[in-house]
Order: sequence, then C-alpha cells, then structure tokens
Amino acid sequence: MFDDFIVRASLAGLGVAIAAAPLGCFIVWRRMAFFGDATAHAAILGVALSLTLSMPIFAGVLVVSLLMALTVATMSERGYAMDTLLGVLSHSSLAFGLVAVSFLSGVRLDLMAYLFGDILSVSTLDLGIIWGGAALVLILVGWRWSALLISTVNPDLACACGISPKREKIILTLSLAVVVAVAIKVVGVLLITAMLIIPAATARPFSRTPETMAIIAAIIGCGASLMGLKTSYVMDTPTGPTIVCILAVLFCVSTVFRCFHRPQQTNA
Amino acid sequence: MRVLTTKNLFVRFGGNTVLQDITIHIDRGEILSIVGPNGSGKSTLLRALIGAVPHASGLVEIVSGQIIGYVPQRLNIDHTLPITVHRFLSLPKRQRQYDMEIALQQAGVPGVGKQQLSTLSGGQFQRVLLARALIEKPNLLLLDEATQGLDHSGSADFYRQIEQVRQELDCAIMMVSHELHTVMRTSDRVICLNHSICCEGSPDVVRVAPEYRLLFGLDDEEMFANYRHHDLIKPRFEDAI
Repeated sequence: MFDDFIVRASLAGLGVAIAAAPLGCFIVWRRMAFFGDATAHAAILGVALSLTLSMPIFAGVLVVSLLMALTVATMSERGYAMDTLLGVLSHSSLAFGLVAVSFLSGVRLDLMAYLFGDILSVSTLDLGIIWGGAALVLILVGWRWSALLISTVNPDLACACGISPKREKIILTLSLAVVVAVAIKVVGVLLITAMLIIPAATARPFSRTPETMAIIAAIIGCGASLMGLKTSYVMDTPTGPTIVCILAVLFCVSTVFRCFHRPQQTNA
Repeated sequence: MRVLTTKNLFVRFGGNTVLQDITIHIDRGEILSIVGPNGSGKSTLLRALIGAVPHASGLVEIVSGQIIGYVPQRLNIDHTLPITVHRFLSLPKRQRQYDMEIALQQAGVPGVGKQQLSTLSGGQFQRVLLARALIEKPNLLLLDEATQGLDHSGSADFYRQIEQVRQELDCAIMMVSHELHTVMRTSDRVICLNHSICCEGSPDVVRVAPEYRLLFGLDDEEMFANYRHHDLIKPRFEDAI
C-alpha cells in the first residue's frame, strides 16, 4: 500500500495536519505567529548543517529549530520588542541558511524542495518520521492540555494552581520545533506557519470550547491536505503551495460565515 | 489561626528593589487590605505570594494544607480563544457541575455557566474570576484590584459579596485596592505599602498615620474636617442612647 507515492503523500499530509492543529490553536491564542515563522525559517540553517555533517535532514532541522525557538522564548522574557526582534531573527536565519546551502558545492540540491516542500517524494522512512513526530507532539500536547490552556489564559492563574507557565512554554516550544522538523518535507519552511495558523483561525467561528477548536482545525487541515494533493495532481501545480491555497480559501469561507453570524457574538 | 506569614521578603526586578523587607501575616477570618500609590509593589506582593515572582531573599510561609484562591488584576481573554465559563472554571482540574454552580452563586453570577467568557460584562467577568477562586473553598483569598473597571455601585456590590464570602467560608482575605474609602470601611487591618511597609494597623490607626497621609497627599485640613465630623456625630449619637 505504501508503494504508491500518492498514498504516501496523503498519509504525510494527514500526519502533519493532525499534529499542527492543536499546536496551531495555541499559537493563535498566544499570538505567537511570528514565533512560528522564526522557528520555521531557522530550519533552512538546519538543512545546511545536516548536509555539511551528512546527517539526516530531520535531526539537523530539529536541533536548529529548537535552538532558535529557545533563544526567542528566552529573549521574550527579557522584555525585548518582540516583533522587531523576531523579524530580525527570522529573516536573517533564512538568509544565512540560504547562503550556507549555496556553499555546499558538489551537492545537487533542490532548494525549492526545502523552501516549499516536496510531498510527492516522501519515502516510507520519511513517513515513519512524520508520524513518529506527530504522535510525539500529540501525546505531549494532550498530556499537558489543561496546564497549557490555563497558562495561556493567564500565567499568574497557572502559578496559583501550582503550574509553572515557564515549563509549559518550553513544552510548546519543543512541540513547535518537532512540527517544523516533520513538516519541512511536506510544505517547506516558508509555508509551515500557514499549516499551523490557518486551520486554527478557520475553526474559530465554529467552536465554543478550546477542544472543539483543535478538533475542527485538525479536520480542516486534513481536508485541505487531501484536496490540495488532488488539485495539484489534476492541475499539475506545486503541492505544498496548493494545500495552503485551499486552506486560504476555506479561511475566507469561514470568515464570511462569521460575518453573517456576528449578532450572536457581540464583543467577540 | 495563622494562614500565611512572610519574613523579610525582598523582590527585585533588574536592579530595582520592588519589595523591601516585607514582614506580614494574616489570620483566618481576617480581611487585610494593601493600599499604596501606583507602582508601589502591591500587585507584586500578591504575585510573590503565589510564586509567580521569584524572591530575592526572605521567606513566604503558607501553613500547610491551606488552599489559596487568587483573583488577578486584569485578565484579557484573547477573542480567538473560545471558552465557556464552565470550561474556564474547570481549568486545570475538572470540577463537578454542582461545585461550579455553587461557586457562581456565591460570587453572585448564577446561571452564566454556559456563556462564552468574551460575552460577559466587566462586572460579570470579575465575579466569574471570584467564582473560580472560590471553587476549591479556599482558606486564603487573594484579590488584586478586583473592582477595577467597575462603577461605584458595582464595586460596592462586589465588596458586599466578599464580606458574605468571608462569613460563609471563614477564610482569610487579602486584597489590594485603590479605593481608600471602601478599604477603610471593609477591612480589619490595613497595610500601607510603598516598596516597604510604611505603616500598618486597624483602619482607624492608619487613617491618621502621618506616613499614610503623606503618601496619599491628604492634607491636614481634610484630616481636621474628618475629626470635626466625628466629634459632631459622636456626642449626638451618645445623647440619643
């Protein structure tokens, strides 16, 4: 069954969509979209590192993304102006990554594959890594769900309940790095944030509790992955960007839906 | 019965000493108010007590087995986060429906359980926060400017609710407040804070303490007026008896 590249691509898309959904919700609730971008862009440096040291791409990306995420998380506590700082870190790591990759002569490297993903070339091993990473993230986020949620609502309330908001933040940071590392093959570094944020934002008008929002986001992400794959196959377009286009269309539909249902949720 | 004590507590942010040598205690059934100007470290003191701010030195001792209920100063629920009042009360520990309804009733907002947090009015929201603090039947309730954003009658209602909570739960209540008049009326003891403790005691003692009057810029004329007012009222009252 895994012999067919379309089947492998579908399973890879579903794995990333399911892992990204709950994490994406937290990124939306905590207004961390830029944070996701910085972590994802640093991944290209991880690609360069992996190729230089000839180790698996997944490992290099995981390490560099994690370092980037921890750096940003630490700096945010020191009270830097976050949007500027993240803009600097995010784009300079992307630029350094691209330059570093260009130094690697002798390696015939399709940079586009890392920037925008190459879901159709997913191997069985890749599939194992993607689903392993997705399972890890789901277990981590599921296990800490309540603690993460109360820390998101208010860190002081979390403290009063004996929960350390700092520890929960590290768990989120770690999960984010894992999702970036597994998603790079599917949508590429430039579009990972879209996979995280758009399903969550699309799910918002249909949800009354945080849990339903995460589940609806997962369903939207899965649907968009499969539809994107099908569309790109039929129309011969790049798969990663096509998936994100489908997500964007779904988001627009959801936003229109919300406009028509505004009267019920004043103040929202 | 003693519920909480701090000994020589210091808190520093960067190079600034925000709290200096704070030694306080609070007993069961007591309402203790912390007053002080903006930026005097009142909120920081409460946050240090719940462990949200690290201490530079000193001790915070909470008698073991005490349950703390904390009502934060301001809470913005991001409108991207859909959450009902019930779900909010059930965080991080799942609570029984019955307990949640009792707590909402005690806080004066029965029946809002199924509403979204983002649709509540300011007063309702403060009361839901109070309900959240009450749900585990605390021995110590910490309120950080709980009436912020409420109008006069709203905040008077809120303080009445607090008084009722004290009677029902027999808990210690420590609150930070801006509203000097209400504080003086509702508290058993007042601590006047400006990074360190300026003066403390019963409301009557603090009201006339020079440190307190200096800190809040109350001039002597007003104090004199106050005295005269008292002098006028008292004899008449006694005459009537």
